[in-house]
Amino acid sequence: MEGLETLGVDTVFAYPGGAILDVFDELAKSRKLHLILPRHEQGGSHMADGYARATGKPGVCIVTSGPGATNIVTGLATANMDGVPMVAITGQVSTKAVGNDAFQEADTCGITRPITKHNYFVRDVNDLPRIMVEAFHIATTGKPGPVLIDLPKDVQIGKTAVPFPSKFDRPGYKPSFEGHPRMIARLAQLINTANKPLIYAGGGVRSANASDLLAELAHKAGIPVATTLMGLGVFPESDPLSLHMIGMHGLVAANKALDACDVLLAIGSRFDDRVTGKVSEFAPRARIVHVDVDPSSIGKSVRCDLPVVGDVRAVLSALVPLVNKADRSAWLAECDAWKKEDPFSYDPSPSGAIMPQSVLETVDRLTKGDVVVSTDVGQNQMWSCQYFTHDKPRNFLSSGGLGTMGFGLPAAIGAQLGRPGELVVCVTGDGGFQMNAQELVVAVEHKLPVKVVILNNTYLGNVRQWQDLMYKGVHSMTHLAQAGRMPQERIEPDPSLPAYLPDFVKLAEAHGARSRRISNQAEVEPALREAFADPHVWVLEFIVEPEADITPMIPPGHTLKDLIRKFK
Amino acid sequence: MKHVINATVENQPAVLSRIVGLFSGRGYNIETLNVGPCADPRFSRMTITVPGDEHVLEQVTKQLNKLVDVVKVVDLTKEKHIARELLLVETGAPKLKRAEVMGIASLFGAEVVGVRENSLTLQYVGREDQVDDFLRLLRPYTILNLSRSGTLAVSRGEQ
Repeated sequence: MEGLETLGVDTVFAYPGGAILDVFDELAKSRKLHLILPRHEQGGSHMADGYARATGKPGVCIVTSGPGATNIVTGLATANMDGVPMVAITGQVSTKAVGNDAFQEADTCGITRPITKHNYFVRDVNDLPRIMVEAFHIATTGKPGPVLIDLPKDVQIGKTAVPFPSKFDRPGYKPSFEGHPRMIARLAQLINTANKPLIYAGGGVRSANASDLLAELAHKAGIPVATTLMGLGVFPESDPLSLHMIGMHGLVAANKALDACDVLLAIGSRFDDRVTGKVSEFAPRARIVHVDVDPSSIGKSVRCDLPVVGDVRAVLSALVPLVNKADRSAWLAECDAWKKEDPFSYDPSPSGAIMPQSVLETVDRLTKGDVVVSTDVGQNQMWSCQYFTHDKPRNFLSSGGLGTMGFGLPAAIGAQLGRPGELVVCVTGDGGFQMNAQELVVAVEHKLPVKVVILNNTYLGNVRQWQDLMYKGVHSMTHLAQAGRMPQERIEPDPSLPAYLPDFVKLAEAHGARSRRISNQAEVEPALREAFADPHVWVLEFIVEPEADITPMIPPGHTLKDLIRKFK
Repeated sequence: MKHVINATVENQPAVLSRIVGLFSGRGYNIETLNVGPCADPRFSRMTITVPGDEHVLEQVTKQLNKLVDVVKVVDLTKEKHIARELLLVETGAPKLKRAEVMGIASLFGAEVVGVRENSLTLQYVGREDQVDDFLRLLRPYTILNLSRSGTLAVSRGEQ
């Protein structure tokens, strides 16, 4: 445990259990570590993840063997997909008992191998100092990711005099840092001769803390910038060069620019299928350049004409001086016209209900971008992408790659711990909130005043939207209220029960949070103002239009030609 | 097309499982796989034969390189290399046919490593296609049992 302190860890999300008790006994002696007890290991792993996303420092969680370890699997996979630095320490049964189906035994290393950047089974306590140093190094360098250390009980008890090494030799782990100078020169040349270049920036810019250099490049060379979901905030959206988000639910202008550009400069992005749609018709007119620290993401799904492997910050700092100042006003005017033609928009509710988008617009207006937003997955996530002005990196925390429901609340708690004093808002739905609602207790206990905005549409809304679009409107298992369900899913309606369960206001209050249910548009702003000004944890349940859709939408595997601007 | 890959890996626990898991998890096929120690005992050498086009092989190579325990990956198909496979085969060889079988064996330079009343066990080292040819010629005599090692390879002039 001294090790954790030595390695600069200040906050640990830890849930005890039989096979990790020795570690917890040591944790109890620490005077430096801030110890957070989640109410479910999965919640703890997302807290560590949210802490890491919001601060850039590795998030640390400690859990027991067996079910403790399997409960963080979702958290590890989430962090792995999005390149978030995390170190997880799991208890394990004694080395002598391993393989005997001992109580709370699971092959944690085997289970987590494909969803961690690396993992360790510690056989000898003398290896532990080296492994700890390696784990933190691997988690935070190259493309960051989660690293797991499986610690058998007898190793936990063991004592070692081996000091923490200042360096180590792993010949198989040497992530490239500097980009190849010749490639960077060719890249500069390509930019200098381009008529319609477009930057498509992703989470790699955030990981490399390279937003300033990205802005320098874009302004110097007059290149418009679209970002991925993971890249939201790495380029300020209030900047005239911003084309907002690209992809399935991105701004039409960004997708039109993608279709029209002659050089596509992908920086720290990985051509996810939610961005590319139909791969064979992706950026059809463009030479594609890809700058990424992870060579395996280059050419994985989309052809690449010029690869530059290296740390985004290192590559950009070498690139910017080589790029000519350029006037691309004709191209920028074209992009601007597209932006004006197709802004994100929505129609009022036919029944006069609150539109979910308007709630987020109000949050954005009240906070003026000075807010850390975490989201769940689905409509609440996409509307958060669309209706917030993302101006700063590390202010938007969302499970992009894995799409993990239940991520929002614990991630907000982790973020609030890492950034005390800042306003942290969790945007979630009635579905996602219920997946980790128990963690509200942690926010209340530790006086972490996160504000939870539940957009309650009584549906698993994004799935309902896909069912309308692709499954003839058969709402199989997507309605969370009894009354709206298909007959075969409905249990005999019990008149003594409310039509919709749970009662979120009571649930929040039972956890010690303040709460309010808002059903009228006129109450939206006052309720948000009250919650934001108050030092307590708040859960605001907005009863919103049940059948609002995310628009625009390019259906999966399609192109801009198949763009849907409105559903009804 | 079939590619022969040599991967130098650190001798860490579960490294084989990492590699095999990577192949199955990403949907790549392994045709054969061999592992043995390198001259430097800290490392092992794996020879893996993988069917797939250039794009698949590029990803296989990059994904393997991403593993912390993997030190070096070489697609030998792209360079001069020597690839061999070991075959142990027990073939039917009743008295009347024994000379014929021995004839085929000596034609290929195979060694007799076991003799029973009605069978011979042969050991043969050759290229994969030669092993295939050898087995095709033995088939009429009934193959009772066989083990193939899968390909082992070294690049020519490799240090």
